[in-house]
Amino acid sequence: MVELAIFVLVGSAAIAGALAVIFAKNPVYAAMGLLATLFSLGVLYVVNLGHLIAAVQVIVYAGAVMTLFLFVIMMIGVDRVEDTSEPLKYQRQLVIGLAGILVVTIGAIVLGGEFAWVPLAVDGPIPNGTVENIAGIMFTDWLLPFEVTALLLTIGAAGAIALAYYPANVPIEEPE
Amino acid sequence: MIEVTAGWYLSLAAVLFSIGLLGILVRRNALIMFMCVELMLNAVNLTFVAAGRALGNLEGQVSVFFVLVVAAAEVVVGLAIIVAIFRRRESASVDELSSLRG
Repeated sequence: MVELAIFVLVGSAAIAGALAVIFAKNPVYAAMGLLATLFSLGVLYVVNLGHLIAAVQVIVYAGAVMTLFLFVIMMIGVDRVEDTSEPLKYQRQLVIGLAGILVVTIGAIVLGGEFAWVPLAVDGPIPNGTVENIAGIMFTDWLLPFEVTALLLTIGAAGAIALAYYPANVPIEEPE
Repeated sequence: MIEVTAGWYLSLAAVLFSIGLLGILVRRNALIMFMCVELMLNAVNLTFVAAGRALGNLEGQVSVFFVLVVAAAEVVVGLAIIVAIFRRRESASVDELSSLRG
C-alpha cells in the first residue's frame, strides 16, 4: 500500500516534470522540469532497492548534468524567442496522433491489468542494490566494461576541450 | 489491496519515453531536444531497474550504472557541440543548421 502511494505521487511528479520539459517556453523551466523527473526517478529506484544507483542518479544527473545544462542555457541566453512554426506539413498532427495512440495503448494495458508479457516468477529475494552487492558484480563479471567506461570518459573530456576551445586571437572563419 | 508490479513501472517508463520522443519531434531548440534525449535515457533506466527486480537479477542495476556513465559523457560532448555551433551561428535552432544539404 505504501509502495502504491509512493508510485502514484512520485510517478505523477515525474510525468508532470517531463511535460514541463516539452511545453515550457523558457529553457530554464524546462531544465527544472527535467530535474523534477530525474529526482522522482531516483525515489523510484530506492523503492526498487537500488540504493547505489539512486544516490548516483541524484549526484550525477540532478547535480552535475543539470548544472551543466543550466550553465549552457545561461551562456546561450534564455531570452531568445523560439520559432514555433512548423515548416514540415502535417508533422505536428502526425506526432500528436502517434502519441495519442501510444497513450491509449498503454492506458488499456494498465487499466486491463494485463501484464502477462512481464515474467513475474520471482521466488527468490528482491536483489538489494547496496554498494557491496553492486561492487561484487561490477568488479568481477563486469570489470572490462567498467574499465572501458574510464576510457570513454577520458575521450569525452578530451573531445569537449577540443570542440569548445577557441584561441582568442584567431578569428572564426565564416561558413560559405 | 493493489500490488505495484513491474508492469506499472514499465508503463510509467513507456509514458516518459513517449513524452521525450514527442519533444524531440516537436521542439526546435537544440538544448530542449537534448533534454528530451536525457528523458528517454532515464525512462530506459527505469525499465532496467524494474525488470531487474522482477527477474531477481542485480545486473539490471549494473546496466543503469553504465547507461549513466555513457549519458554523462554524451552530455559533455553534446553541449560542447551546441556551444561551438552557437558561437558560429548565434542560434541554437536546429532548423537553421542546413549546411550539409546537397
